[in-house]
Amino acid sequence: MKNAEEIYEILKDEFGEDSLELHSGDIGSPWITAGAAKIKEIAKYLRDDSALLFNTLMCLSGVHYPNEEELGVTYHLHSTNLHHSIALKVRVPIDDPRVPSVESIWKTANWHEREAWDMVGVIFDGHPNHKRILCPDDWEGHPLRKDYVQQEFYQGITTGE
Amino acid sequence: MEQVINEIDKRQMVINMGPQHPSTHGVLRLEVVLEGEIVNEVRPNIGYLHRCFEKYAEEVGDYSKVIPYTDRMDYVSAMNQEHGYVVAVERMLEIEVPERVEYIRVIVAELQRIASHLLGIGAFGLDLGAFTPFLYCFIEREKVLDIFEKTTGARLLYNYMAPGGLMRDVHEDFKSDTAEFVKTFRPKIKELNDLLSYNKIFIDRTANVGVLPVKVALNYGASGPVLRGSGMEWDLRKNDPYSIYDRFDFEIPVGKGELGTLGDCWDRYIVRVREMEQSLRIIEQALDGLPEEGDVFEGIPKRVRPKAGEIYTRTETPRGELGYYIISDKSGGPFRVKARAPSFVHLSLLPSISKGAMIADLVAIVGSIDIVLGEVDR
Repeated sequence: MKNAEEIYEILKDEFGEDSLELHSGDIGSPWITAGAAKIKEIAKYLRDDSALLFNTLMCLSGVHYPNEEELGVTYHLHSTNLHHSIALKVRVPIDDPRVPSVESIWKTANWHEREAWDMVGVIFDGHPNHKRILCPDDWEGHPLRKDYVQQEFYQGITTGE
Repeated sequence: MEQVINEIDKRQMVINMGPQHPSTHGVLRLEVVLEGEIVNEVRPNIGYLHRCFEKYAEEVGDYSKVIPYTDRMDYVSAMNQEHGYVVAVERMLEIEVPERVEYIRVIVAELQRIASHLLGIGAFGLDLGAFTPFLYCFIEREKVLDIFEKTTGARLLYNYMAPGGLMRDVHEDFKSDTAEFVKTFRPKIKELNDLLSYNKIFIDRTANVGVLPVKVALNYGASGPVLRGSGMEWDLRKNDPYSIYDRFDFEIPVGKGELGTLGDCWDRYIVRVREMEQSLRIIEQALDGLPEEGDVFEGIPKRVRPKAGEIYTRTETPRGELGYYIISDKSGGPFRVKARAPSFVHLSLLPSISKGAMIADLVAIVGSIDIVLGEVDR
């Protein structure tokens, strides 16, 4: 069982410290931010390294940060063997929101990444079925963006009240 | 030319199950690619019940006003949905919850688990053509709903829990009503086993069908009875304790491959039946421990305004791990709420376990993972 600092140290030794940072809020649990380019390698390492063994991805969430003009992806990982958890975060600029897909590492990511694309608009490179999931395929915009304006008509039907 | 003919011989047929099909447990469409009767591929299409829970939670600007909406995610286990959310908000506020409140919460959550499993089990039998057990399950479920109605005024969507407390105290006869239910329900489980669980036709339809190996289950993020059906002893009430579950003595039933292969539909089914017995044990202990005196309102903070930060809290609902990822920006409402619904995750593994199955068994597989579409689509 390892805490966030120990996990951060292990990752820093492996991937260098330039793209990794440890953060914490006033409440809740700390998280590690990583550069988007390396996220797939980091994810694979987190799953396979014998000191970490994060075999489950509990949750993957897309977030829109309007003030920074960025999109984020948060990965919540848990190890059922070693009983520790960690939150991992990636931030990308809103005009080029590309993040490598971790679908090949945890299958949970398949639908969760589709949801993050649908709702927030993060593009997951290498996803085998990069389509909307909750909204129809021809829906416009990403509803969970803070500046989202709902389209007035969908296929000729009014969407408002 | 020969090649073309071969391709025609093997031509596959695509059929749609749903969006309105009696065995889809809600509004779900499965695109099924068939080769004769064999399922080659299943593509679930969801979103028919999408009601923008997360957007609403961000826009409403008040943590407490999100609670009625959580009821509407998994509408057959509304108490458990609320419980997960209030636990998350309480952890953000770092407040203590009064003893009496915790005990009442555990009792209603476990009653709800029984009610939800009864619906899941009954509907599963119904999918496979067993109509009678469904009615027997509903008689018992009705009794739980009656208890809830007397306390909360509602039968399905309760809006009962609040951060730090409860919306109202339990009704006068709550303790005796619940004790009476526990007493009368226990023999009914045996009746259900005789009627359905060990019925030859039911076993033929469920054993060795839809086998989910534990490794695949973990990689897909399965939890709850689906993961336990594959033989893994994993229950958040014990493995990541919340509320006061660490005080109770209960077991985690797991699938053992008794009548077929480990992780088949029957294993997932029987885990739910056995879980109901364990819930009864928890309720009995909680009734004994329930403090007579205590105000259920005093712990509710006047203003719910957490400090900046984020949290991921998960609780064990009847369907599995319900996670709430909440980001606070110090305002009165959440900046971001993400609900990680167990049914969403379980439906995503349907394609992998139904490949190669017979089309009639697909109905059994969908029933055995016990999805609620309100939670899948949110």
